[in-house]
Amino acid sequence: MSNPYAKLPAWAEYGLIPLVNLVVAFLVAGLVVLLVGENPLNAAYHMINGAFGRGEYIGFTLYYATTFIFTGLSVAVAFHAGLFNIGSEGQAYIGGIGVALACLWLDKTMPWFVVFPLAIVGSAAFGALWAFLPGWLQAKRGSHVVITTIMFNFIASSLMVYLLTRVLKPLGSMAPQTRTFEAGGQLPKLDWLLSVFGLEVGNAPFNVSFLLALLAAFGVWVLIWRTKLGYEMRTMGFSPSAARYAGMKEARITVIVMMISGGLAGLMALNPIMGEQFRMQLDFVQGAGFVGIAVALMGRSHPAGIIPAAILFGMLYQGGAEIAFEMPSISRDMIVIIQGLVILFAGALENMFRPAIGRGFATFGRRFPVAAERGA
Amino acid sequence: MEFFDTIVAILESTIRVSVPLIFAALAGLFTERAGVFDIGLEGKMLGAAFAAGAVAAVTGSVLMGLLAAILISVLLSLVHGYASITQRGSQIVSGVAINFIVAGSTVILGEAWFRQGGRTPALDADARFQTVTFPFADAVKDVPIFGPIYSNLLSGHFILTYVAFLLVPFSWWVLYRTRFGLRLRAVGENPGAVDTAGISVIWLRYRAVICCGILCGFAGAYLSLAMSAGFVKGMTAGKGYIALAALIFAKWRPVNIMMACLLFGFLDALAIRLQGNPLPFIGQVPVQLMQALPYILTVILLAGFIGKAVPPKAGGVPYVKER
Repeated sequence: MSNPYAKLPAWAEYGLIPLVNLVVAFLVAGLVVLLVGENPLNAAYHMINGAFGRGEYIGFTLYYATTFIFTGLSVAVAFHAGLFNIGSEGQAYIGGIGVALACLWLDKTMPWFVVFPLAIVGSAAFGALWAFLPGWLQAKRGSHVVITTIMFNFIASSLMVYLLTRVLKPLGSMAPQTRTFEAGGQLPKLDWLLSVFGLEVGNAPFNVSFLLALLAAFGVWVLIWRTKLGYEMRTMGFSPSAARYAGMKEARITVIVMMISGGLAGLMALNPIMGEQFRMQLDFVQGAGFVGIAVALMGRSHPAGIIPAAILFGMLYQGGAEIAFEMPSISRDMIVIIQGLVILFAGALENMFRPAIGRGFATFGRRFPVAAERGA
Repeated sequence: MEFFDTIVAILESTIRVSVPLIFAALAGLFTERAGVFDIGLEGKMLGAAFAAGAVAAVTGSVLMGLLAAILISVLLSLVHGYASITQRGSQIVSGVAINFIVAGSTVILGEAWFRQGGRTPALDADARFQTVTFPFADAVKDVPIFGPIYSNLLSGHFILTYVAFLLVPFSWWVLYRTRFGLRLRAVGENPGAVDTAGISVIWLRYRAVICCGILCGFAGAYLSLAMSAGFVKGMTAGKGYIALAALIFAKWRPVNIMMACLLFGFLDALAIRLQGNPLPFIGQVPVQLMQALPYILTVILLAGFIGKAVPPKAGGVPYVKER
């Protein structure tokens, strides 16, 4: 596809433009706060204080960030191959089955470090399984993956209601959830990591799966930029016809990419299920799959961008709770607006400010030719 | 006779729940036929429902409510149009963004303005749509077979219900028998050819997107001014996505759309009816299966096992004029 815009230096491409888009998204969100009759600066203060003010708050921020790193990576991997996986939500939800099965099976007899690897495999397998069909349908039958994954989200949600109200629920209990796991199904907190910085983790459910998320981010970087499959994925995403001409097997890549994407989404289930609630509840994903879209767009589908973007959204979730506490007229739904605005400005309107910034560089480029050359 | 009454009752609720689907799916028909994919139907419908509920509650006028719904829905459509036509951004991403922005802001604004937990105040009879009773509906009520069909199934719906069903042949006429319709379909299949003929692709697509906004406005107004008396947070509850599924299931054709919406509405009505009542021969059907059925059917259709759904050729691709 032809790119109608002038090439910018890397720092502008990956730093300045996302930053400008983000700032605009927050300015519009500030307008909504004004419309509600509150002071946006106050809201920003409460948000930042609520996200970073204490060790416990930081723990919560990183807990949410863990979830969003997984879903962000999931969306990003598919993006690289030119696929839009809106189904991370459903894949994460189904991934929960893998975690719950591992925990329900072994939590009474085995320590967490035996259950955890099994739960990792289980969640990734179930998530990948749920992404397999949309991937296969796209590859073999040409059904658009966007539509099928939306449909699969709804099917997943019906399936999980069925499983949690009829199959996985303990006898005699009314609540649609599994039983609470014993010690083997509970991940240890990362209190030592925060105490290195002199912070107390308190009640925050900041747990080992954060390290797994970082590992997954590294793994995705290796996959996309250091393996043959990654090269084929990027080729396919850049130009499907070029990939076909080079003899790459489109169908095979599509299915594998969707399964990797689904597996990453499935891993997300570890964090809330084994890290916080110690049981699988109805609707435990809570839209994290969709946040993943915003995170991937903001992070420009690069793990090094996804981690800060995930932390930013973790900050929004944790700080948003604090705003809701301090300013009753701004509920947590404010985050949903910000999330939508970020998707709009960093995603659909990503090129809105590009011509202006490009012009700016063209003018300055003439004055500082060295910088412009290095950029090109 | 009791069995017959049950069937009439199920069909009646089928019609009631299909109406927003028909409006929204027809809305999607106009943009998607013009080559602009729209997964933001859900958000536009929700925004329209909120605007309708809020304005009707403040002004006490159902007409003002409807106009507000259309206005908001068209504005959201224009945002989608600006992002995906003018800025040539991803149409899918833009649709997702609109869904989130609306889902959040209807709750925040509703709570700030009305303080009723994300609802708008309950509407008086004047501020919402009234049902229309056909002549002699009461008189023929007791006539066997014909009576219940005429007075329960055909008569006694909201005016918007009849509008929705009339819009089906009207949309067909616009798309297949007018110059605008021909060009609109052409721009979804081969925008380059339309451009060569000296017709503005951009302006045509914008008009399609505005049509979509108007129809989504009707869908939203139906939800908050007819089906219930006021806006409740998240009241679209996935209807926009079901409408999208219906649009695909109908292979982007107006009459098929009506059929698909009625089918999905029927499944919905049946699911409510079957809760706790086992089916003969099959036994108890889990209600979740019934709820998932529209989505499962759509996936099966997309897989090409019942016919083949071929989307407009230029759908999802922003048009770049030759430079």
